[in-house]
Amino acid sequence: MRKYVPKDNVQGKSYYTDRFWVAPRVPRSEVEDEHFAAVVTALGDLAKESYVEIGQLVVHIDATNNFTVLKTLKEKCGYTQCSEQSAVDYLAKDGEFELFYQLLNVNEAKRVRVVCRIKNGEAIESVEPLFKSANFAEREMFDMFGIKVNNHPFLKRIIMPDDWEGHPLLKTYPLHGDEFASWYEVDKIFGKEYRDIIGPENRDPAKVDRHDTKRFSRVGYEVPFGADISEGETEKAIEYSETLLVNYNKKASKQLDERR
Amino acid sequence: MAQHQVNYASSAGLPIALTSVDKLVNWGRSNSLWPLTYGLACCAIEMMASGASRYDFDRMGTIFRASPRQADVMILAGTLSKKHSEFARRLYDQMTEPKWVISMGSCANTGGMFNTYATVQGVDRIIPVDIYLPGCAPRPETLQYALMMLQKKIRKESADMKKNTKQDLTNQTGKRARLI
Repeated sequence: MRKYVPKDNVQGKSYYTDRFWVAPRVPRSEVEDEHFAAVVTALGDLAKESYVEIGQLVVHIDATNNFTVLKTLKEKCGYTQCSEQSAVDYLAKDGEFELFYQLLNVNEAKRVRVVCRIKNGEAIESVEPLFKSANFAEREMFDMFGIKVNNHPFLKRIIMPDDWEGHPLLKTYPLHGDEFASWYEVDKIFGKEYRDIIGPENRDPAKVDRHDTKRFSRVGYEVPFGADISEGETEKAIEYSETLLVNYNKKASKQLDERR
Repeated sequence: MAQHQVNYASSAGLPIALTSVDKLVNWGRSNSLWPLTYGLACCAIEMMASGASRYDFDRMGTIFRASPRQADVMILAGTLSKKHSEFARRLYDQMTEPKWVISMGSCANTGGMFNTYATVQGVDRIIPVDIYLPGCAPRPETLQYALMMLQKKIRKESADMKKNTKQDLTNQTGKRARLI
């Protein structure tokens, strides 16, 4: 059980995290499966370390060998599909990115994850000639982490706008964005001089300003838009829907035929 | 529509109704509000439902148009990402006057649950909004109510759009923002 932490003020905070929670480690086992053993043999010295995690073979390789390894897996071991390719930011811990290629063998129904590590600022060889799906995956990796890919046919941002600054999936990138991100739409549409006029973003989801009559109102104390209520406001009768709509269940107040 | 009682007998039997230009123009404007077909996220599903046969926007004279040149109302239905904000503003600029904006749902109003780097924190940062519709996502009935509130607002406005001020928010620095 995780330790109970009071969450009374959790609405007032921008978000809630448990800093001391450590994700449980997935158990690793030796390569015993016949097919996986054949894969490891086929890779030979290229595989630095290999083990099985939740029924998937994980192979650690040198980043410079990535094209050779994936070519071997595709042509000799039947891994014809690259379902995912991306990176994990371990810059703070190890000063490195961990890149992974998730491969699928459709005939054997087996999956292999090829993992390699590169230093910050290093580039990786593109595997686009082997797997067409790597085209967009590598563009996304470039967009999110800033990892350059050599010999990629069209290395360009894919999710963020072309003129964006920064790489959002880096751990150092703030969730609410840096200064460039927070003014992006204002700079782009109106120009930098409008920053003062439009004002900074309100990032507080629980913000209520009782005296701000342009953004907030009180039921029963309605005032005109933008009125000054620092002196207090007068109570007004609440307009219920019965006064707006016709209530057919009530007896009509107007008698049309007086003889009845 | 008549604002004064008409006595047909005393006005030579002619069917005359007296009104003001403001009332007449606003009657026309408010009863044929054509919104732009512009769905951004899941709120668009509710917007589509409002336009379809069950909730039937047509009976209020509200017909979705596929071109901003033909539209009077922009319903910003959903999350506006920063990448898309430029195009939302361009579509708004392409609409002909008079034009109104309904900000539909939490995401359009304030950024909603997407308190992140990639989402515009309220479409009123780039487009002047007339009606804010809360909800996640708002039901079709509430979108109809928002439209009825917009009709009510238009009927109170002047026919001369130059006299009607657009949303005019004063920020913390005290300067005045006028987004036309």
